Amino acid sequence: MESQENKIKSLRRSIIDMIKVRKGGHLGPALSLVEILYVLYEYILNFNPKNPSWKKRDRLIFSKGHGCLALYAILAEKKFIKKSDLKTFCEPNSILGGHPEKNKIPGVEASTGSLGHGLPIGVGMSLAAKLNKEKHKIFVILGDGEMNEGSNWEALMTASKHKLENLTIIIDRNKLQAYGKTEDILSIEPLKSKLESFGSEVKSTDGHDINKLKKILKKTPFKKGRISALICNTTKGKGLNFAENKGEWHHKSNLSEQEIDKMYNFLK
Amino acid sequence: MRKTSLDTVYEIAKKNKKVIFLGSDLGFKTLDDMRVRLPKNFLMEGICEQNLIGMSAGLAMEGYIPYINTIGTFLTRRCYEQIFLDICLHNLPVRLIGNGGGLVYAPLGPTHLSVEDFAILRPIPNMTIISPCDAIEMKKIMLQTELFPGPIYIRVARGGDKIITSKETNVKIGKAVELIKPIEAVFITTGTTTQIALDAINLLNSNNSKIGLVHLHTVKPLDTTYLKNLFNSTKLAVIVEEHSVVGGLGSAILEFINDYRIENVRIKRIGIPDKFVEKYGTQETLLKYLKIDRDNLIEEMKKLLKGN
Repeated sequence: MESQENKIKSLRRSIIDMIKVRKGGHLGPALSLVEILYVLYEYILNFNPKNPSWKKRDRLIFSKGHGCLALYAILAEKKFIKKSDLKTFCEPNSILGGHPEKNKIPGVEASTGSLGHGLPIGVGMSLAAKLNKEKHKIFVILGDGEMNEGSNWEALMTASKHKLENLTIIIDRNKLQAYGKTEDILSIEPLKSKLESFGSEVKSTDGHDINKLKKILKKTPFKKGRISALICNTTKGKGLNFAENKGEWHHKSNLSEQEIDKMYNFLK
Repeated sequence: MRKTSLDTVYEIAKKNKKVIFLGSDLGFKTLDDMRVRLPKNFLMEGICEQNLIGMSAGLAMEGYIPYINTIGTFLTRRCYEQIFLDICLHNLPVRLIGNGGGLVYAPLGPTHLSVEDFAILRPIPNMTIISPCDAIEMKKIMLQTELFPGPIYIRVARGGDKIITSKETNVKIGKAVELIKPIEAVFITTGTTTQIALDAINLLNSNNSKIGLVHLHTVKPLDTTYLKNLFNSTKLAVIVEEHSVVGGLGSAILEFINDYRIENVRIKRIGIPDKFVEKYGTQETLLKYLKIDRDNLIEEMKKLLKGN
């Protein structure tokens, strides 16, 4: 049986497969998410790739749309889409664009790409589930830079008002946004106490530690009657040591074949 | 008209449990009966309009039919991207009820004047834009919104507006209403400018003119079938709207005339000039100041009839 370590490497290689097609893309923000998505799809979410709109499925809103290379890799792994789809990334007739679209990709719950949209949608879905007395859960993945958007904080107030304990937000805290460090551009700290004061029950963990992620995410809600918020401390560009924690790897274009080969070599 | 629109939401919600009303921070006791009797279908969510639209999209994705109501400018200008992406890109049955369409909030100034709502919503695919002329028509339209596919924006006028249609008037979303058959020329109107044009026509036609009146409650999509027939026989038209001359009904009809290669028609547009409305006063005083009033409509139609 394939080891967890190999599975994770294989997902990262799938990301490079897509990067290779376009000779670029949002690499750094996808690589920080790999373990989080792996744990969600391997151990946490209820879903059926043969029936992506199955009513009882758990909903994952991928609000950090620019991290979609990681999402596409896991959707292919779980057979929502074909592995061959990955090799069409951003081609004119591909279902896979630079940001994910609900109406094109099976398993994508909402079209995202402009930040600050996923959480309000997730709040609506969570409220619907609560009103309908349905048992499925709603997860929203947010970037840490994305927490600059005021709409997230509006949505958190609403989620708290309605006591949406079926809602879990996962923040990819890689500490970098496009221009530089999140704390230099617009500080979101103290994030934990901010989230708490907006009505969330907050935990934080190493976002690359599969066992810890699994243990925490299996126990949502963290507290009855409250939204769960998990801050995942991650490394932008994780897995490629030359790209780790480097702002310039947020988005790349015109990558050479040698640079792409170098990436594959790291992920052997 | 506003009361009718909201009362009709309540009426629909009594029968259809998937209808859910969302307000931001509306006037005290708005829809109070609905709040008490249908608490699961009534939400008052505070002054966070962007979130309100996204949340409605989430509810609609799960099978609900959300009706959102607040002041028009906050619903459209402020939430443009949420309308564009969350609602329209997903093509969801969310209904936006915008209060104070046009110059209704004259005393409150430019923050509250909704005079570019058609222009900003028209380019969004899947969007239907409706601007009823009176409460009777509003009721008929609201009843049709329950099962209408896709997003809808409904522009609400002041309230207590003069009733000019009757129970017999045939109203269907997307279809023109020919209130007076055009012979010599026609006024094409939307919203409560239909009332102003009717006043103008009553005076013009009492002096032997034969001017028609076509009310387009649906600004998008245009009733192109009707308009093609209309312009086959009627070659003079004055389009009147309580909206900027940029991008509204007049623009839509000019685009239609160009795209369908309709020739030999003379069009005059009456609307709000491309500048900020700098005065206060009342809706009526502003309409008069901006020459969207009966007397100017008569004057412009007379000029057009004389070939000017």
